[in-house]
Amino acid sequence: MLDSLFYVFSAITLLAALVMVLNPNAVGAAMAMIVSFVATAALFVLLEAYFLAIIQILVYAGAVMVLFLFIIMLLDVDKSEQAFPRDKMTLIGSFVGFALLAVLVVSAFNGAHLPETELLSVIENPTGSTAGIPFTTSAKSFGYSLFSKYMLPFQLVGFLLLAAMLGVIVISKKQESTEA
Amino acid sequence: MTIGINAFILVAGLLFAIGFLGVILRRNTLVIFMSLELMLNAVNLALVAFSRYNGTMDGNLLVFFIITVAAAEVAVGLAIIVALYRRRNTVMVDSLNGLSR
Repeated sequence: MLDSLFYVFSAITLLAALVMVLNPNAVGAAMAMIVSFVATAALFVLLEAYFLAIIQILVYAGAVMVLFLFIIMLLDVDKSEQAFPRDKMTLIGSFVGFALLAVLVVSAFNGAHLPETELLSVIENPTGSTAGIPFTTSAKSFGYSLFSKYMLPFQLVGFLLLAAMLGVIVISKKQESTEA
Repeated sequence: MTIGINAFILVAGLLFAIGFLGVILRRNTLVIFMSLELMLNAVNLALVAFSRYNGTMDGNLLVFFIITVAAAEVAVGLAIIVALYRRRNTVMVDSLNGLSR
């Protein structure tokens, strides 16, 4: 049954992504993006990354896409404007994109595959801090890894969030015209 | 589950290619930005798949950091787009060609 769930959720993800890219309406594109993110969270659950699935829904579908919808509504883009360009460079670029898609699909079904590794057995609780933290399904191993092996990226991401918040506040202040 | 890793990598690659098409084909800056997020999401899926099939936790940790960095990037990028809209009154990239003059 998990196999059919994988097919269903990956189909939902890809179709919603296609709808997002091809929809002329920006709000409809944002809604399709939310569907794609939720289906990706379902794929994370299939890969037994439960904490990441919840984080994906909370952060990506819950905060990032809501922020996008705020800005789309705020800017109030005129829907009647042409959504797709027609000039030559864009057509060449889209052809490269379609060629990338075609190469990808063909090589996935005909080309050399990565060696298929079987699913290793899942450890329930982490034991020690070695290189290559063993895979668990508990959120405790996230906390353990973040504070032992990945302490430096953790602190740097904290600084990055602070800098991003300050940057957003500075950028979005209304410019007061100081005419002398 | 009998799905091999190749299926997950194929889905991630297709998502990345669809996001790339969105960046190239759309004129609305906000939709281009959303397609960028789609490409990041595809990379997240590939990382989680590799992490599961190799039996390590490091891929999941990297996805954790990528989600955080993507959220910060979206906040700053949208603030820039709003400031740009205040100056130019448009978000279509065809009209934002001030550097080409």
